[in-house]
Amino acid sequence: MSKLIDTSLQVSAIKNGTVVDHIPTDKLFKVIEILGLTSCDKQLTFGMNLDSKLYGKKAIIKISDRFFKDDELNKISLIAPYAKINIIRNYEVVEKKVLMLPESITGIAKCANPMCVTNHQRITPKFTVFTDKDSSVMLKCHYCEKVTNLKSAL
Amino acid sequence: MPKSLISIHDFSKEEILHILEVAKDFERDKCRNILGDKVIACIFFEPSTRTRLSFETASNRLGARVIGFSDAGNTSISKGESLKDTIKMVSNYADLIVMRHPLEGSARYASEVSSVPIINAGDGANQHPTQTLLDLYSIQQTQGRLDGLRLNMVGDLKYGRTVHSLLQAMSHFSPEFIFTAPEELRMPKEYLEFLSERNIPYREETELSGNIKDTDILYMTRVQQERFTDPMEYEKVKDVYRLTASMLEGCKPNMKILHPLPRVSEIADDVDETPHAYYFKQAENGVYVRMAIIAYLLGKTNNL
Repeated sequence: MSKLIDTSLQVSAIKNGTVVDHIPTDKLFKVIEILGLTSCDKQLTFGMNLDSKLYGKKAIIKISDRFFKDDELNKISLIAPYAKINIIRNYEVVEKKVLMLPESITGIAKCANPMCVTNHQRITPKFTVFTDKDSSVMLKCHYCEKVTNLKSAL
Repeated sequence: MPKSLISIHDFSKEEILHILEVAKDFERDKCRNILGDKVIACIFFEPSTRTRLSFETASNRLGARVIGFSDAGNTSISKGESLKDTIKMVSNYADLIVMRHPLEGSARYASEVSSVPIINAGDGANQHPTQTLLDLYSIQQTQGRLDGLRLNMVGDLKYGRTVHSLLQAMSHFSPEFIFTAPEELRMPKEYLEFLSERNIPYREETELSGNIKDTDILYMTRVQQERFTDPMEYEKVKDVYRLTASMLEGCKPNMKILHPLPRVSEIADDVDETPHAYYFKQAENGVYVRMAIIAYLLGKTNNL
């Protein structure tokens, strides 16, 4: 494969804004949802099933003129822990952000325990976040104290 | 937010030892009129005999007056009132709320909306911390110490919330565990990992008879038929975990049998007459421990 193809952009560059790269390709729409981009009025471009050394396939999102708080971005780490965040100003990467697993989350996930009070009363679910021995992300419900795998809570 | 008791983790080792100390004091002198100006609400959204009577006895012995209900059926909850509104209202009437509710996490939520302390008297299959504290008290009273004991937990170790909380609370006191359960009802992996992380030794057994001699505390639980998917499996194991007086031959003289009650058939009646039976006294201890917890949460234990 020639160098020329390797360096060409599969999703066109933005002038100012945020690039979220190295998203597992099947998590693209969940990331869009978590970042609240379904109702975004800025120019948004994304690609999925792009070649990736890390995943084989990856997805990327480029959002023009939109900058996020760290708390907002860290929510992505729950489903795309290896995502890379680049802040773009005038076509240049001016900052790279490293995602941190949030210590707790409120309102994103739903408790998987059918007997949990949050599934019966109007209560916003809250979880503490941790990784288990196999480094899967686990959520412990603040209320019923049950631990669920992240996958079953999202 | 006032200090509540929702989960056994809410109390530090020092607080646990303080409660046990105060409970001893109350056992010596049962009638202490230190809460004459207090109203305690016992709100039970699902039926309970022992726990409710024990809390009401404890409140009365402290001189407090008790309000509440023992069944949500004839309250405004049946009209669709939210848990939040019920708790808000009751916390305006009473100085402390004792609550049992079938939903898991309901007590934690109540403690967040209440202006007075909440004591969790059982939130579904989740926590029942006053049972754990009375178990610790019973262990300390019978063995003279909490440190360095060997406990054999028997029966339903998978779903039994009392064994899970007791295991966590005992982890402060360098114990050794034997877990005796049928394959279907083994101690869940997360609790075994909890012990491994703290270098607490344990072994798992499927037979009761050969594992009584070397134990200080035999903690029996009920094996419930509804926990088995296959009724045949239940029939196979139900008598394996039945304790009879003849099985106690050769056990340590200090060995005591605990059971959170109610028992069905897992402890034969002839065991009641042996010096090892402690489960009825254990239930009585619940009153002193609950007196101590109530007094502590209302800030009355420092100058007893």
